Amino acid sequence: MQGVQRPLSPYWIYRWQITMWLSSLHRITGLLLSAGAFALAVWLIAIASGPQSYASVQQVFASGAFKVLLVGWTFCFFLHLANGLRHLAWDVGAGFDPKTIRASGWTVIVVAVVATAAFSWLAIL
Amino acid sequence: MSLVTPLNRVLGLGTASGAAEHWWMQRLTAVALLVLGIWAAVELLLLPDFSYRTVFAWVHRPYSSVMLILFVLAVGYHSYLGVQVVIEDYVTSKAAKVVAVMGSALAHTALSIAAIFAILKIAFGPSA
Repeated sequence: MQGVQRPLSPYWIYRWQITMWLSSLHRITGLLLSAGAFALAVWLIAIASGPQSYASVQQVFASGAFKVLLVGWTFCFFLHLANGLRHLAWDVGAGFDPKTIRASGWTVIVVAVVATAAFSWLAIL
Repeated sequence: MSLVTPLNRVLGLGTASGAAEHWWMQRLTAVALLVLGIWAAVELLLLPDFSYRTVFAWVHRPYSSVMLILFVLAVGYHSYLGVQVVIEDYVTSKAAKVVAVMGSALAHTALSIAAIFAILKIAFGPSA
């Protein structure tokens, strides 16, 4: 591969659209959720280790700074979930025309924001 | 000049191994997580508080233990597959790529097993 100057994907010359935002966000939220899964494992191990361990982990998990993180992970969760459903629809060949693809994109964003607000209000804050 | 055809040169190399399996498992775990993810979110919403007694009793319940183990399995596998794709897309050096994918595989396996062990310990332990 070295020395071969292959043409690069010219993505930066296109006007940014909802489809591109969601495509990038799907990856970014997915990666952030992997980090969130690490926190979930720590939480489960803390419960299994007894009340003292749980108390010390909970001291961090219930702190203000961590709550911001939890709200962030909640948004990642709902966006990845809703957009993942969109991906599964595409996998069976549905919803590919430009109008539908933009409408489903905006739906994903609205669902993610509303679900994040509701979940954060009820379970985190 | 080589007499090897371009097709023969790429067969068995790189992405020609197990792509269909990767694609399929990513979708299978995605569908599982659609159900398990919503289940987990609703269960967390229904918890009255996050005290030790409450969360222990929740994980201790057989139904939640089984669902949580399924959730951890699906999350671990789905996350591993996703992280692998990202590494393969952005890490260009072959050596760094292999090390990163290996490290990710080991970390995902270790954490999934640890989480499942924690759930089983709570499930089979005395109720708090």
